This record gives sequence, C-alpha cells and structure tokens, in this order.
Amino acid sequence: MRLIVHNMLQCHVKGCDSNNFPLQLSDVELEIHEIEYNHEFLQSLLTKLDWKAFVATAEQIGITSLPQTFPEEIDEDFLKKLHRILFETHIVEGKMICSNCSHEYPIRDGIPNMLLNEEELE
Amino acid sequence: MSRPEHQAPPEIYYNDEEARKYTSNTRIQSVQADLTYRALELLNLPENEPAFLLDIGCGSGLSGEILDEEGHMWIGMDISPSMLRDLFLQDVGQGMGFRPGTFDGAISISVLQWLCNADHSSHNPKSRLTRFFSTLYSSLRRGARAVFQFYPENDHQCELIMNAAMRCGFEGGLVIDYPNSKKAKKYFLCLFAGQIPIEDGKPKMPKALGVDGEDEPNTIIYSSQRIQERQRTKGKQRKSIKEKDWVMHKKEVARMKGTKSVPLDSKYTARKRKPKF
Repeated sequence: MRLIVHNMLQCHVKGCDSNNFPLQLSDVELEIHEIEYNHEFLQSLLTKLDWKAFVATAEQIGITSLPQTFPEEIDEDFLKKLHRILFETHIVEGKMICSNCSHEYPIRDGIPNMLLNEEELE
Repeated sequence: MSRPEHQAPPEIYYNDEEARKYTSNTRIQSVQADLTYRALELLNLPENEPAFLLDIGCGSGLSGEILDEEGHMWIGMDISPSMLRDLFLQDVGQGMGFRPGTFDGAISISVLQWLCNADHSSHNPKSRLTRFFSTLYSSLRRGARAVFQFYPENDHQCELIMNAAMRCGFEGGLVIDYPNSKKAKKYFLCLFAGQIPIEDGKPKMPKALGVDGEDEPNTIIYSSQRIQERQRTKGKQRKSIKEKDWVMHKKEVARMKGTKSVPLDSKYTARKRKPKF
C-alpha cells in the first residue's frame, strides 16, 4: 500500500465518525518500487492531499524531512521528493490503528485488510 | 447455467482456480475489456485529464490495466484474496472507509448482483446495499459519476438496487445496451453523486446502445464449421429438393415397379403452378 492511498483512508467502523483520520501506522516494513514520474498527475493529486495528516504519517514511518506546512513555492526537487514518498514507498507489512475506536487493520503482502467483524457493523 | 452468486459467496467462489480463468482465458478478457471501455465511456470524464478512480470488485486487475492505459490512477478493492494484486481486501457491503470527496469516479464490473445475496445469517441485502451506496456517495467528489455493470436476476433485484442508491442521494438510472438481444444485452447503472450546476440544468442520462435496432456487435468467431457454413449461406435462396431431376427419378422408379398411373413426361413436368390470383 502506498502512502497516497493511506492518505485517503479513514476508519469505517459504524459509529466511529470523529477523529478517525488518519489511521496510525505501526510495525511497518517498507519497500521502494520505482515508477515513472508524472508531473501533471502529482499536481492534480496535491489538491486532494491532506498535508497535515500526510506529514504526521510520514513521521511515524521515519520520514522527517517534510515541512509542517505546505510550502508556498515548490520546485522540481521538492516534487520529486514527494513523488518518492507518495508513489514509490510501499508499506508491505504492518497495521493501521484507528485513534478513535482503536480498530486494527492489518497489512499483509502490501494489501490492507479492511474487513470488519460483524459486531462492528451494528 | 446457474448463476455463480447462487453457488457460493464471492470470497469462496473466486478461488485460485476461478481467478486463473480471468487471467488466462482470452474470451473472458475481451468481454471484461469491452465492459470496462463502455463503463469508462459512460463515466464521461473530462478528456486528457488524469482522474482518480475507484474500481469496486477489481479482481485480478483486468479493468485496472485498461484504466492505466487511459492514463488514470485507480484504487481497487475486492473481497476475494485470490483475485487481488496490490489493492484492498474489503467487503463493500460493510461500507468503505475513504475520506469524503476523494474520487473523480467509480466503476464496477459484475459486482452488484453479489450484494443482493445473504451469505451469512447476519447479512441483510438491503442494509448492505444502503451502507455501500452511502459510503460510496460520500467518498465521491460532487458531480462525479459511478457506473456499475451488473447482471440483475430479475426486476425485483433491479428495483432493490435502484431504491437503495436513490435513498442514499444518488441520481441517475439504468442504461440498457442492446435491450432486444439475448447475448449482448447489458445493464449499466449510471449514478450521479450530486451535480455541478450547469446551464442546461440536469445532467443528461447517457444513451444506450442498440436501442434503435442497431445491430449488436458480432465479435465471436465460431469455431464450428457447421455454424460458419450456416452464417455464410444466410440470406441466399436454397435449392429446392423437389427439382425436375428428383421428380423424373421418382417417375422412373414408379414405371419400373409397374405402377399404372404414372403421367407422361412433358415440358410441364415438375413445374410450379401459377398462383391463381
């Protein structure tokens, strides 16, 4: 799972609708898979990105080189770095924990398991 | 043939064996590809702009490959682990956890009919559909579309699905391609999540294919020789069996047998009578 995807995810246990984003990462294993850099695409996704959550998540997995607020001026180098973190960094193993209801979503072989138990649907 | 959703729940039905068919069988691949292209067309995305799409029931990613080719980014989800590549393990009937306004569109090929089943005692199709559509609605950008290709079992099922979608705020309806054909008939549920105010008011429903008697696409090449033969001679006049030769032969045989009342041969033998009026 890539960080861009993590930035879109929130807990969907029924009744858990505040403070359910972002999911906290723990025990993660990372892998880098390089893909082609697409400037246009990155730009269009930046408008959708929740920057604060993204920085917080990056810190949890040991990436501390991001500024706390989105910089006014952005250059190519910065975008390349973002591309690296957003699109090429994969979380292979680990779990995501909701900070509100503390439900754990395991990640195995790079696939997050978003299935819920029956009692969490009531 | 019985419907797959009657045989087992999806996570069991689509085992490794069944999933392999989807990646090795070219017939299945071409059908899936056609459906995906049609669904994309119905999505009506702005041209030459990469969009962020959701593929519900992505399986082994057949439709995703097409989305990649068209230059879109997509996230896929499926309930069956055998079908997955690098995506999400999720039961869509439990709802989806995406931030509001994430996607520019959603497509789903042959999934909705699975949601109408109750595979566990705790499953209630109606509430699962409602949960699915309401979480989908919130994860779509205003004005985005969702296109679902599905195989409804009967009218009742259609109605159940439509009602659930409308109750969650979606607008739109069914587009039925080739409604008069048995094989090419396809159902697409076309939903609008809210709308961007535009000049001519409501978003228009896309037009279905093959409504005005257009021919269905004949993409299947039959291997059986007999069927090919039949297709080739279709439309041409077949030679009548009771030609002059045949009649003459019959008369000859009758004479040899000694039948008395065999008419004489003439130029009128084996000719058709003129119509009286």
